[in-house]
Amino acid sequence: MQQLTYLAVLLACLVLTAPLEFVIGARVYRQGRRAALAILPVATVFVLWDYLATHAGWWWFDEQYLTGVFIGALPWEELMFFLVVPICGLLTFEAVRRLRPRWADAAAKDLEAKR
Amino acid sequence: MIGAYTAAALVAIAAAVLMDLAVLRTRLLRTRLFWASYAIVVFFQLIVNGILTGLGIVQYDPDVILGIRLVYAPIEDLGFGFGLVTLTLVMWTWLGRRAATEPVDQERTAS
Repeated sequence: MQQLTYLAVLLACLVLTAPLEFVIGARVYRQGRRAALAILPVATVFVLWDYLATHAGWWWFDEQYLTGVFIGALPWEELMFFLVVPICGLLTFEAVRRLRPRWADAAAKDLEAKR
Repeated sequence: MIGAYTAAALVAIAAAVLMDLAVLRTRLLRTRLFWASYAIVVFFQLIVNGILTGLGIVQYDPDVILGIRLVYAPIEDLGFGFGLVTLTLVMWTWLGRRAATEPVDQERTAS
């Protein structure tokens, strides 16, 4: 069970933020292509950084908390981290926008005007 | 001499600020929407990073960090997280703006 710890943390993030999409109406999962195009380039850079840092010994992982599946130097949970955290960030941002539309002022008012 | 992770975290923050204000000009950093969202994100980030570092799932070489810790996690993690989340939000907003100005590519966003 202990080996599932890191995975469980990530799954908890997805479960706890799901209502932002399905109750508040964040519309992140429902714009999958846009979400993927926003997340993947950034995640790629951070995974590369993480890979080099792990390789250089800046940090390391305790295998007793991991499922044991590695992709190169990185546990697959760590790769998922770079998808899950940005998804949670997008859901939060869109949920706040939905609840407080006027808070988007400067930048987004521009965008709304163009729609 | 600052640690390697400390320097990299500062670069991540600078990259996010530059992309938002100068390169893609999404100007999220000037909105209350961004800061309110980030405040929520950072609260949960402290919990998640606290678990990951508190349990020792991730462990750090003391030479690459300042040694200042917030809920177990090195303070550098905040810069790393800010860069990751902000850059994603900047890309997301930029893509949304592009879709809005190029109706041909527009994804269905009507609610």
